Formats: sequence, C-alpha cells, structure tokens
Amino acid sequence: MSVLVTPGPDGRFGDFGGRFVPETLVPACQELEAAFEDAWADPVFRGDLDHILREYAGRPSMLTECHNLGRQLGIRLILKREDLNHTGSHKINNVLGQTLLAKRMGKKRIVAETGAGQHGVASATAAALMGLECKVYMGAVDVERQALNVFRMRLLGAEVEAVHSGSRTLKDAVNEAMRDWVATVESTHYCLGSVMGPHPYPYMVRQFHRVIGDEAFAQCNDLLGAPPGVVVACVGGGSNAMGIFSGFVDTQARLVGVEPAGGAAVKRGQPGVVHGMKSYLMQDEHGQVQEAHSVSAGLDYPGVGPEHSYLASIGRAEYPNVTDDEVIEAFQLLSRTEGIIPALECAHAVAWIAREAPSMQGQTVLMNLSGRGDKDVAQMMDILGGGQ
Amino acid sequence: MTGTLESALRRRIDGGGKCLVPYVTGGYPGWVDSLRACAANGADAIEIGIPFSDPVMDGPVIQQSSQVALEAGATPVSILQEVRTLDVGIPLAVMCYYNTVFHAGHERFASDLRAAGVVAAIVPDLPLEEAGDWCAAADAAGVETVMLAAPTAPDERLPRVTARARGFVYSVGLLGVTGERTSLSSTATALAARVKKVTAMPVLVGVGVSNAEQAVEACRVADGVIMGASVVRRMIEEGPDAVGDFVGGVRRALDGATW
Repeated sequence: MSVLVTPGPDGRFGDFGGRFVPETLVPACQELEAAFEDAWADPVFRGDLDHILREYAGRPSMLTECHNLGRQLGIRLILKREDLNHTGSHKINNVLGQTLLAKRMGKKRIVAETGAGQHGVASATAAALMGLECKVYMGAVDVERQALNVFRMRLLGAEVEAVHSGSRTLKDAVNEAMRDWVATVESTHYCLGSVMGPHPYPYMVRQFHRVIGDEAFAQCNDLLGAPPGVVVACVGGGSNAMGIFSGFVDTQARLVGVEPAGGAAVKRGQPGVVHGMKSYLMQDEHGQVQEAHSVSAGLDYPGVGPEHSYLASIGRAEYPNVTDDEVIEAFQLLSRTEGIIPALECAHAVAWIAREAPSMQGQTVLMNLSGRGDKDVAQMMDILGGGQ
Repeated sequence: MTGTLESALRRRIDGGGKCLVPYVTGGYPGWVDSLRACAANGADAIEIGIPFSDPVMDGPVIQQSSQVALEAGATPVSILQEVRTLDVGIPLAVMCYYNTVFHAGHERFASDLRAAGVVAAIVPDLPLEEAGDWCAAADAAGVETVMLAAPTAPDERLPRVTARARGFVYSVGLLGVTGERTSLSSTATALAARVKKVTAMPVLVGVGVSNAEQAVEACRVADGVIMGASVVRRMIEEGPDAVGDFVGGVRRALDGATW
C-alpha cells in the first residue's frame, strides 16, 4: 500500500489536516474539493495543464549533477532544477493548476498570500496569462525585504497589499487573504501557495506539485538506475518538499525536510489548529501562535503542511533544522562551487547537506532546488557587504 | 434541557422583546468596566472575546483590541480568572478561536468555562463537520455551543447546523469579517429569515450590525442582535461610559420599536 495518502472527505492525513474554517467558507471548500476531483479525473483538464506546464512553464525541469560540490563533500549530489521554471521557482506548477481550475469554476478573481514573493509572482503571472484579476497579500516586513518581487507583481498587473497586522510576515498574509476570501467567496478563488490550509488545499497543492517527484523518479532511474539514497528539500509550508517526496515515499529513499531553526514547526511545535488545518505549530503555553524568525521570508512560517506532520508522526520523513548562519554560508557555497545561486529557502537544504555530508559519504543525495536566488541578492548584499 | 443562555434569551423573546448581546474583548485594559456597563444598560447576555494571535474572522477593530489585550499579557486563564469574580446577573459566553480550545483540551476547557461561570461558547473557526468532539464535551459540562449559520450555506445545510446549536443560532450578517458598516447588508435579514424557517431556537444576527437603527432593522426578522466592533470601538476610543450609553441607546431603540 502506498504511503502517499489520498484523504477522504474529512481531509485527514492520519490525525492531521481537516477543515477548520468559518462556516462562510465551508461551502466554498466543498465546491473546490468537488471541482478539483472532477478536473483531476478529466483527461481534457490534465491535457491542458500538461500542455501549459510544458509550453509556458518550461517543464520538465532537468537534473543537474553537482560534480564540484559533490566531490568536496564526498557525496553524489544531484539537483532537481525547479529554479529554471518560468518565474524562477516550483510555485508555478501549483499556480497554473489552480488558476486553470478557477477559470473552470467560473471565478473572475484570485487572491494569494506570499512570503518571499515567489508565490505572489507566480500567481500574478498566471492571472495575467489567464485573464484573472489578482490581489496579493504580503506581510509589511516582507514587502520591505523583497522589494524587487513586489515591483514584479505590480508589473504583472497584480495589486499588492502590505499587511501590517500581527508579525507582519507570511502567517499574517494568510490571515488577510482568508479575510478577503470570506468577503468575496462568490467571485474569488483563494490561490493558496502551499500544502497547507483547509481541505482540499494540502491534497490539491500536493497533486499539482507531484510532477516534480514523478519527473525526478523517472530521471533518477535514467541517470542512476535506481532512486537516490536521500531526498532533501526545504520546508516552510512544505509544497516543494511534498512535490519531490511524493515521487519517493514508496521507495527506500531517506526523506529529509529542512526547516529554519527559527521556524522549526515539526521539531519544536505541538499539534495545533490555525489557517484551517490541524498540524504541528509553534505556539506558546496558551495556544497563541508564535512568530517564526528566519533569514528567508519564504520559510518564515510557524506551521507546516499537515501531510508533513503525518509523515513525521509515522517516522517516514525527518525534519531537522539549520541556523541562519549556516544558510548564509550555504548560499555562498553553492554559488561558488557550482555557479548556481540558490533561493535562500533552498540554501537551507544545501546547509543541511553540507553539515551532514560526513555521515552520508558515498551516498547519492537528490536535492530539490526549488527556486533561484536572484530575489535574495539585494538582501545578501546587505548581510555580506557589497564588496565581499 | 434548555440551557441558561437560551432560557435568558427566551424570557426576553416571550415577553415580546428583542435580545441584545454586546461583545467585549477580554483582557483589554478596563474591559471589565465596559462589560459591567453593558450589563447595566440592558444587555441580555455578553460575549467575551478571548484574544487569539490569528483572528481570521475579525476585522481591524477587534484585531486591534485583541492585539492590545495580548500585549497587556491577557491569556485565556487570566481572563477566566477575572470572569469568575464577576457577578453581573446575566449569562456570559466566550468567543474564542479553536486553537485555544484544542490546546487546553476539550474537557478541560469546558470545565474551566463552567468553573468561571461561563455558560456558552462561540468558536467561529470550528464548522459543523469538525465540531463533534468539542460539542460533546461542552454538552457534558453544561456549556452551550452556539453554532454559526452563514449566508453561503445551502438550504440542506442550515437544518443540520441549527440542530447542533445550543443557546442560540448566530446568523452571520454578511459575507465578510467583523466590523462596522454604513448600512445593514440585505443578506442579514435574508439569512435570518431562512434560519428562522428551519429552527425554533432564538436566532440572533451578528457581524455588520453597527448601530441602533441597523439593530432594529435586523430584528424585524431576527430575535436579536450581537454587536461587536461598534462596542469595542467605543471601549477603545472612549471607555466604559460611552459603551454603556451606546448599549443603552440600542436597548431603548429595540424596546421602543413596534414589531
């Protein structure tokens, strides 16, 4: 039996998941669930999506073997190049799927939350392509540290609203997007950007990102003749990780989701309920959600998608964390050794690999390079000093 | 058996009146005085908000009051401790997000509420499908769980929601979050009428009921109103006297109207 869960109407992955939303949103979630299942089973929809992923997003993404860094670390290191997709990250897979679905459902407008801006840019891009109105909510802190992506979204025709409530980061952007959706649910689709939120989002978003794992599985078979020993990805909400894990959960590969030390929901959190889902969540002794702190805006999230909580609870995947200092080091390491500037999010995965390589000597490690680092260059210049 | 909250509301309704339930953010500096002012000026029951870090159903005013309360050190425990000392003579309910309940544990939270003298709970992010375990614990402890009916609910859903409701049915006044609006949404009375058709429980309209005139308009169909942001804004800007004046004004308007 597959470890990959297809949740029933209760939206559960083991004890996790569910649909904890205001009554107003329940019919919309049910409608979305039915529409997704109908579309996913429809060869025409799947054909349209495959076509657009190929012709517009540039799929399949290739594998790149890192000979230099691999030699240095004593491992065989292979990258799945989601950074080479249109808009520069894996986010486009999900967004093209959801906007195609939104059109099919007759919606005229999408709202999205964004942290680093990658999901916001992908949403704005897909909205422009599909002729949908788009509004993106982004924490005020993130608007400041990701100014380039804010401009990019506006260039694409999206409205970007800075969110000043709470910690003014990703979790507050999700709150604000949900408030918008509560008020506009009849005309608007909430284009949620990760494997989180109320059912069917965690399942649906994973299905839209499965293409990463399915491609990688076949590509590894061609390249290696077998699955890799270790599959590594960074985890904020966890969409790129679920995408690549879904191709390997039923193999012997070790699955590793790397969280930031300041947002280690699985390691330091407890089960809780926020943003429509039951999952591991960083919270205080009274159940108030704590603020995450990470150098990377995209991982600045105190929770994690429910399927990751499930995979952790059954021991199928592990969720270690790395510090900001290790991440900043790893960002430079991959840039210098391979000529690939990773997104700060993915630098978490690089950091874990670099730290743990001594215990993985001779093993083959597949890492999902889920985004490119162009958006982070200005921030890194501030951190490192321009002349370095 | 009819619960304390439902009984109190029924007394008002059976006497030909309409119910008024103000909302006060627990833990906001001076909140107890505002709560007393509500009780002294004709409230039939009071909804005490337990502030949460991520209040997705709330607009700017209640968000702000929640944030101030949290920064002042309010916790569910500290609020319930204060509630325990109140003796205002009308039923008290709490409005809290589900993680507060889940984190404490269903049975413990229900018994903590009862021990503090709270008779009802409204959990706006716990829809019918997820509510079973909490409702069972609340029923066992004698806490009435108010269910929300939303304008988006199809006809077949409403009777299932109202069947699970205790205390009253909270008929959501509009598509959107809590906050004051310049006029009552037409969906408010439309939904209240749909809900009234499928239940004998008291039906109160909340979200977007902003002043006495709108309260009277909603009560043309409904059995009463819940008033949140309009009360909390006065608590923030002017204090308990203004809260009392406002609640008293709504009370007089409801009592003076002919139905």
